[in-house]
Amino acid sequence: MSAVSTGLQEGDVIDGFGVGERLHAGGMGVLHRCSPPPDRPDLDFPLVIKVPRLGPGEPSESVVTYEVEVTVHSVLTGPHVPRFVAAGDLARQPYLVMERIEGPSLKEWVDRAPLPATEVAALGASIATALHAVHAQEVVHLDVKPANILLRADGSAVLVDFGLARHAHFPDLLAEEFHHPMGSGPYISPEQVLGVRWDPRSDLFALGVILYQLATGEYPHGAPTSRRGLRRRLWHIPRSPRRVRPELPEWLQEVILRCLEPQAAGRYASAAQVASDLSQPEQVTVTERGRRLRRPGPGTLLKRWIMAAGYEPSPLDRPSLQLATASIVLAAVATQHRSEARFQALREVVGRLMAVGADRRLTCVTVIRPASELAGGSAEEAGTSQRIKHLVLLRNWAEPLGLPPERISYHVIESSDPAAALLEYARSNQVEHVVIGAPPADVPLKGTFVSTRVAAEATCSVTVVRPRFTPG
Amino acid sequence: MKLALLADIHGNLEGLTACLEHARDQGAEAHAFVGDLVGYGADPVAVLELVEREVAGGALAVRGNHDAAILDAGSDTMNRAAEAAVEWTRAQLGEAHRAFLAGLPLTARRDEIFLVHASADRPADWTYVSDPRRAGQSLAAAPGTWVFSGHVHEPMLYYQGAGGRPLQHRPEPGVAIPVPAHRRWLAIVGSAGQPRDGNTAAAYALFDTDRRALTFFRVPYQWARAAAKIRAAGLPELLARRLERGE
Repeated sequence: MSAVSTGLQEGDVIDGFGVGERLHAGGMGVLHRCSPPPDRPDLDFPLVIKVPRLGPGEPSESVVTYEVEVTVHSVLTGPHVPRFVAAGDLARQPYLVMERIEGPSLKEWVDRAPLPATEVAALGASIATALHAVHAQEVVHLDVKPANILLRADGSAVLVDFGLARHAHFPDLLAEEFHHPMGSGPYISPEQVLGVRWDPRSDLFALGVILYQLATGEYPHGAPTSRRGLRRRLWHIPRSPRRVRPELPEWLQEVILRCLEPQAAGRYASAAQVASDLSQPEQVTVTERGRRLRRPGPGTLLKRWIMAAGYEPSPLDRPSLQLATASIVLAAVATQHRSEARFQALREVVGRLMAVGADRRLTCVTVIRPASELAGGSAEEAGTSQRIKHLVLLRNWAEPLGLPPERISYHVIESSDPAAALLEYARSNQVEHVVIGAPPADVPLKGTFVSTRVAAEATCSVTVVRPRFTPG
Repeated sequence: MKLALLADIHGNLEGLTACLEHARDQGAEAHAFVGDLVGYGADPVAVLELVEREVAGGALAVRGNHDAAILDAGSDTMNRAAEAAVEWTRAQLGEAHRAFLAGLPLTARRDEIFLVHASADRPADWTYVSDPRRAGQSLAAAPGTWVFSGHVHEPMLYYQGAGGRPLQHRPEPGVAIPVPAHRRWLAIVGSAGQPRDGNTAAAYALFDTDRRALTFFRVPYQWARAAAKIRAAGLPELLARRLERGE
């Protein structure tokens, strides 16, 4: 390889892009403000140009990580990554032009840690949502840390620096190449220490470290650099966050420690499920993990140590296969129009969808009219009793499915526009499949029905269910 | 330029024409045939004549072990079904077909592209490049940046990591994979005539030399028709079943 970078200075122009003021000089590259070429009026958003440190005296990793970053970043889309604009030829002048994200990095929040539980959960949900958006595009980031997470003004998270990432559709240029685990000591997952580079749950471990850090101000496994120090996390159990800060709620500890499980299978099955729990703490099933104050005894540690010694990587090898086992299914249950035949038909379809993925989660949703639109009495009181009534109906509908509590949640949404409410819920909770009942056969104006609009406008799959026999 | 790479056609006219049609729709401007034009399938004459026309028009082609076996009656390294197919094929071909096969080189090179049916390391030994170690041996013996091979029927991309060790990547059909020139690459392009990975669709690869991107494709074709012809020709039943099951 003979890629030598001369480096770019403020005032240089490369392929029409103007190099502006230097913003940041990191280990792998230098960031400058950037102006678009005059013939690119479409680039009407702020830009940065990133120039990798290459050439004599720089580590050979930087050439490869530049290649990886360009390959992976150039195919990623959506609001949770900076828009990719252009990349330079490695042999001539390597550079990367992308959207400039104005927000600060998560480091600002980490510096202020420990933070209140609600703030930790809100930040965590944003990061998890961004991670899921990337995982759904067959990419595992593998270098999730506060410096690589930027927060937009609206609170949404943007992931940057894909130099260590893995895209399942492209050759892994970093596989087996370097003899030390790649990543950042405090955040690297146990399986990454062992060289596994496909599992989206590796990013959930890093997210767990970040949540732990935000909640306690400490690292769960310290900041080791040696392989031996890194291997410790294969079996070691971190101090309970609630032992560090007793006021932390059990549900938050449950989420954090579940993300930090040494075996990927013990963690959440997808980032969407982490986001779901962090944004709805009341739905978190708290286990011993969430309640414990002391580390488990020597017996448990020994068991974990033995499991770590016999660590077997999962037979899957790409994010989509893992996510397929872990999708969120939304059942839209029309509790206000009770019909046993319709309920039964919906349940059958949902039951089949839930049977094929042991980590799938079911979200049961019903939309009721807002309390203010209900006549008589105190609106607030009426609203509460309505919500409870429909929650009971939802739970009753789901009971025959026999799903364990950690795989199911219930939501009563108040809205005068049920289709919009369902669509918004599905979108913001990364639902992958909506199951909804069809309108009855004998009614006119089908185009105005909730299921019709949901099927047309949803960003995920929608199954519209009809009972075999429609009662008249 | 977009170069379509087709290997292990094995006398399957339906598979070949489906791949060529697909490649044309993708904008392929040139073709390269990476060995084993015949053997197994029931249309050796039609396949050879089609490829011969392509070669006359500038396409590259190299010889595979089945093509060689047609010429060499003494070879006995094949299993019984393959041997039966070779004997049957030999009887179908005329002098001109044999002359065309005899004229095929073992390897071919154009610019930085190198073609060899099996391994570039002693090509006439027909070594299966079925793992990174053998891919490394082939790459070490091959000139050029991009080496394209067949023989193994399952599509695979081998590449040199910065550590120098060859690594493997199982390609996702239809994804354009960047294959920049500062690394060396060895692609098993897949079989256009007898897929063996449980997928009945024919396989080929398309190399965009300007963008330096390689795309592996799977093309569904009328395998039922190709299998029926194999049965009608009296070739071993096993060869028809392989097309029906893609194994």
